[in-house]
Order: sequence, then structure tokens, then C-alpha cells
Amino acid sequence: MALSNVLQIPTSGFNFENVAINVALESLLEGGHTKTPKPMKTGTTIAGLVCKEGVVLGADTRATSGEVVADKMCAKIHYISPNIYCCGAGTAADTEKTTDLLSSNLTIFSMNSGRNPRVVMAVNILQDMLFRCTGASLILGGVDCNGNHLYTVGPYGSIDNVPYLAMGSGDLAALGILEDRFKPNMEMEEAKELVRDAIHSGIMSDLDSGNNIDICVITKQGVDYIRPYQESEYKDKRQKRYKYGPGTTSILTEKIVPLDLEVVQETVQRMDTA
Amino acid sequence: MDSQIKGVSTGTTILAVTFNGGVIIGSDSRASIGGYYVSSKTINKLIQVHDRIFCCIAGSLADAQAVTKAAKFQISFHSIQMESPPLVKAAASVLKELCYNNKEELQAGFITAGWDRKKGPQVYTVALGGMLLSQPFTIGGSGSTYIYGYADAKYKPDMSKEECLQFATNALALAMGRDNVSGGVAHLVVITEEGVEHVVIPGDKLPKFHNE
Repeated sequence: MALSNVLQIPTSGFNFENVAINVALESLLEGGHTKTPKPMKTGTTIAGLVCKEGVVLGADTRATSGEVVADKMCAKIHYISPNIYCCGAGTAADTEKTTDLLSSNLTIFSMNSGRNPRVVMAVNILQDMLFRCTGASLILGGVDCNGNHLYTVGPYGSIDNVPYLAMGSGDLAALGILEDRFKPNMEMEEAKELVRDAIHSGIMSDLDSGNNIDICVITKQGVDYIRPYQESEYKDKRQKRYKYGPGTTSILTEKIVPLDLEVVQETVQRMDTA
Repeated sequence: MDSQIKGVSTGTTILAVTFNGGVIIGSDSRASIGGYYVSSKTINKLIQVHDRIFCCIAGSLADAQAVTKAAKFQISFHSIQMESPPLVKAAASVLKELCYNNKEELQAGFITAGWDRKKGPQVYTVALGGMLLSQPFTIGGSGSTYIYGYADAKYKPDMSKEECLQFATNALALAMGRDNVSGGVAHLVVITEEGVEHVVIPGDKLPKFHNE
């Protein structure tokens, strides 16, 4: 348990707040008279695997909002602590804020206890935070005094410790590649290539994944966050300049109407500057 | 029932059987989503809540993990306060309280089994709504429906450890053979006064019954 925890630990033992939030979100987004935009989802392919020297995490960089690509270079691999990184799939807001909160918690813990956080501790805190949360699925990977670890936090908050993993909308395609070529204790270069191939497969087979591939390599010596590891092969080249210069649209008529405004009330509030 | 569980569910086969001097608790290792996708082939459903007490989980994986986390903490605290190892009944009661008090929200069932000094080897079932029952052996999960006949016919009180291991292995193999949401490897844990022994039997080493 964190010695000084930003989160409040519920006294009853369970925190079902997320259930109420989910119900409210559903009713808000479904029948409502205003057209609320869909929450920005990272329709995604993320993958990770444990190799001999550490953990390799990979992700695509496309963030979608409905049918539109909202961000072509979105960062899905989030910093948790110097030795732990986390890939997030699902609602972008959920994954960003959850990983931020976790990162703050672990920093406070490190300062108080004088120890580097362990991956298993990060996963337990995440499980508590995400119990019953449908918005986020995460892959947590890191290296600590007990070795190299890779954990999944699934929808509703279930966790599992695994040697290789893919999540997000492109997970089935990526998992096919991983299942075929994964071996325990792989060499670093081979592992990076395998993760790249898995993400690439997700990008090719899933409409919601795309653009570039980010790779994050975590070892005992440190972290190599390669962003992007590989740029999209299908980057379009602009044929022309699409900026409109002044004078493109001709002005046919001009009419100026001055608005008569009178001052009705004037209040002055002095700022207290000490 | 399993298809109504949102998220990862352990459509499963779990069992616990007492024998002369101990208890064997066992499960398969498959976790599924919606009854069509196997999200894990190697999930751990046998959770150690204290030195000689294990519990196996069925239902929603997220709910079950949250409950066992809370239960582990409460049992550990209780044991420190009492300055002695907890009774198996105490552990089962902790799970029962959690399930009963949150029955509207939670979808998880448990089998608790273990050894304590007072009553020796015991098996308790904690059902979905919070019912607590003590039995000499019990089976649970979606795969258990296929082996009620086998279990009722083949169980004998006061078996030896080897006989009991064979009984549990056969039961798991039969259930995994017929239930689509049970599978993977068979996990068995033998709990006695002396200690705890894990046995893992990979899918292809399980006994085969007319597998044409």
C-alpha cells in the first residue's frame, strides 16, 4: 500500500462509483436531444512482450473520434515511473488520467519509502482504480528488482500476468503474429522486430489503428522510448499548397452599420496585490 | 449465465474434495469473453488467501479478483489480531459477507478449501448471492453441470491422496472435454497439515475419455 496515497481507499472495501458513471454516460450519449460527440477513443493496437533483457512495448499512433482520425501522432505509451511504462487502449481520457494518477501516486510512494516502485504494486493500484471501468484496457510493463514483468488490466478491472500480449481493436491480428513467433527469452532486436510486426499487422487489418508505430524498450539499464520506431508507409504527399492567399474571394458589396451602445452599469473591482 | 457477464469471465470448472488428511482444490485455466473468445489460456483461478487456505473463483474475473483481494487483507488482519492461523470457516465467512453485502453488483462465486487445526480438512461453497455451505466435496462453475453424475457416483469419503488426485483429475478432464468455456491446463493444489503442493497437468496429459 502506498504510504501516502492520493486516492481515497473506500472503507466498505468496494468502490462501485464507476457503475453510476457508466450509466450516466450511456443515457447522456444515447437518446439525448443534443448531439454529444463520442468520447475520443483510441481504436488501437497495442502489444507487449517479455524478452531476455527486459520488456518491449509497442503501439500504433492513431486516435479516432467516430469515423475521423483525431490525432495522427497520438502517444499511447504512457510514463508511469522510470522503470514502468503503460500502453492504453479505449477511451483516451480514461487512459490518460488513470496513468497520470498512477504515476503521481507512485512518485509520492517512492519519495516516502525511498524505494523504486514494483510493477506488481502499480498493477494492484490500477486494478483498484479501474474496477468496473469500461473505458480503459491497459498493458503495463516494467523491470524491477524481481525481474521483467508484463501485466494486462482488462475491461472491468481484471488483471493477468503474461509473457506476451496484445489489446485494443486490432488485438486479434497482432495476437496472431505474437502467437506464431513468440519464444521465451528472445534477444532484444528480435523482440523489437516481433512487436513491430504485431503492431503492423494490427494497423493493416484494423481500420481504427494506423499511422506510425511507437516502441518502448525497458531494461535494467534504462528506457529507450523510440517515437516513432517506424513512420507510416502510406503517408500522403501533398500535391499543392492548400492555403488561400488574401484576395482569393472577391468582395462584391460592403455595408457598415454602427451599433449604438450606452454604458448601463460600471463596476470596478480592485485587485489586492501585496 | 456466463454470457451475461460483462468483460472477462471465468466460464469454468472448479472443484474441491476432502480426503484422509487433507483437501484437494482444482480448476481449469481458461478465461473467456462472451463465450466466443478465449482471453487467457493460463489464468490462475486458485488464489491463496492464507497459508493453508485456498479459494477458487468463478464468474466475472474482475469481481472475483476484487473480492479475493479484500478477503486476503481481512483474513490476514484477522489472523494477526487472533495471533493464530485463521479457521477455514472464518475465511469462507469473509468471502460470504463480501458477496452477500454487495450481491446486487457482484457476479462471482467461490469455493474455499483448506486445513485448520480445529476441524482438519474442510470445503465450503460461497454461492453468487452469498450462501455459505459446508460439504465434503463440491463442484462449481459452468463445467460442473457435466460432471454431477460422475462426482456423485465416484466420490468416497476418506480416500487416500492418490485416489483423490485421480478423482479430481478425471472430473476436471471430463468437464473440460464437454464444456466449451472450460479448458487449458488442470491446476490442482493439495493442502495438508504439512504444507501445500501444486500439481499442474497440461491439456494433452489429461486422461482421455473416448476422444475420437
